[in-house]
Amino acid sequence: MGDYYKAEHLPSFGSIAEGEPELARKFFDYYGAVFADGALSAREKALIALAVAHAVQCPYCIDAYTQESLGKGADLEQMTEAIHVAVAIRGGASLVHGLQMLEHARKASM
Amino acid sequence: MPDSRSVQLPPAGRPHPQPDLGEPPRLTTLAARRLPLADPRQQIERLDALDLAACPRGGDFAAALAAAGWPALEPAVLEIFQINLGKLCNMACRHCHVDAGPDRSDAVMDRATAEACLRALDRSGAHTVDLTGGAPELNPSFRWLVDEAAARGMHVIDRCNLTVLLISGQRDLPAFLAERGVEIVGSLPHVRRRSTDAQRGDGTYEKSLKALRLLNEQGYGQGHPQRVLTLVTNPTGAYLPGNQSSLEREWKEALAREHGLSFDRLIALNNLPIARFLEWLEQSGNLQVYMELLVNAFNPAAISGLMCRNTISVSWDGRVFDCDFNQMLELGVQGAGGGTLHIRDFDPERWAARKILTGRHCFGCTAGAGSSCGGSLVEPG
Repeated sequence: MGDYYKAEHLPSFGSIAEGEPELARKFFDYYGAVFADGALSAREKALIALAVAHAVQCPYCIDAYTQESLGKGADLEQMTEAIHVAVAIRGGASLVHGLQMLEHARKASM
Repeated sequence: MPDSRSVQLPPAGRPHPQPDLGEPPRLTTLAARRLPLADPRQQIERLDALDLAACPRGGDFAAALAAAGWPALEPAVLEIFQINLGKLCNMACRHCHVDAGPDRSDAVMDRATAEACLRALDRSGAHTVDLTGGAPELNPSFRWLVDEAAARGMHVIDRCNLTVLLISGQRDLPAFLAERGVEIVGSLPHVRRRSTDAQRGDGTYEKSLKALRLLNEQGYGQGHPQRVLTLVTNPTGAYLPGNQSSLEREWKEALAREHGLSFDRLIALNNLPIARFLEWLEQSGNLQVYMELLVNAFNPAAISGLMCRNTISVSWDGRVFDCDFNQMLELGVQGAGGGTLHIRDFDPERWAARKILTGRHCFGCTAGAGSSCGGSLVEPG
């Protein structure tokens, strides 16, 4: 199979429609609607996407939403802060499980 | 992941080298550095040399126009009389398509040429006089020209870098402009400091805020039709600007909340691959990707509003062009004698029948939402 993760997969993402055009159409229509200006601005949505991209560790999404955030008027400070939000939630999500550890340890220990 | 439109029109999100976002070097003009790229013919050659075979119509602007139903780019009614008062500027921004700077006192319009502009203006039918540069305010004839244009009932625009309002000798300028109802179109690439200073030099953001405060104090930016304060944003890198009206809402809110400042409207311009922006694109390894972006984002809906159709552009030495970009590339409108037309020989009928010159740089004005001196040309749905 060769390598996993190829940069050229990103610009040809649309060819996923080959196996099932109708679901792809629905997905991309939905996708476009999600990122349109709404109660949240397109810039805010791009920053959320950038943070989520780091949380799910998707290299395609990181490239795409770095470019998209810049293009929607975000700057490097805002983009870096967005990533720290993802980092904080990921870290917090691990740490809060520590309460389960703590409860179990308390019960099992003298 | 790109959205569905860019999936069909790749490559919105293709990876490319990131520009160095560190401290910019001290910025100087191409002319001062005596670089080959200071020659407009070199600039055109470098754009033409790019391999854009994979792009629609091979990156041929005339072919793109023809395919969009414009076999020729015909002039529209002349509305805007744009005078470039010279390349002298107190700043030297990294993206400047004029190659303006503090060393450019070699290229400043004299009074006789400014007078010739007014004589042509009186025969032109234009309703707007658009003063640009460089920093047009540094031209000794600037205030005289503003007075003359205002006395003729023209809508007068000062394309202002904002920081010029803080230098000695210009402190009374905001009041002068306010009294004459001049619209100020002020450059502020980004609503936040980092990107603004990266493009325009350290300290620019703070100075720009001070200048905006001076303008607000003169009644600018508060909805008064005789005190219109427009801000101009352009990307601080190799990408297209965001949605103009969306950014305007965010900027108004942010400048009011963080700095107590107000403005009337925001216009978003695309950067054209000319002069120092071309240099930056080359140095950062972005030129190929940026040109592909512009060509792939060709938007036929932007054609009818292109500024070359309704604008006359006069250079500091009186030569006449279709637009400020053609001016910088020295693609002149042909005069009766064969060389570039001079403004003293302006003839409205010949002007209306002229051939607009185009090239690959023109993809900069038709990309995305389109771009003109008045901002985006198409409001995305």
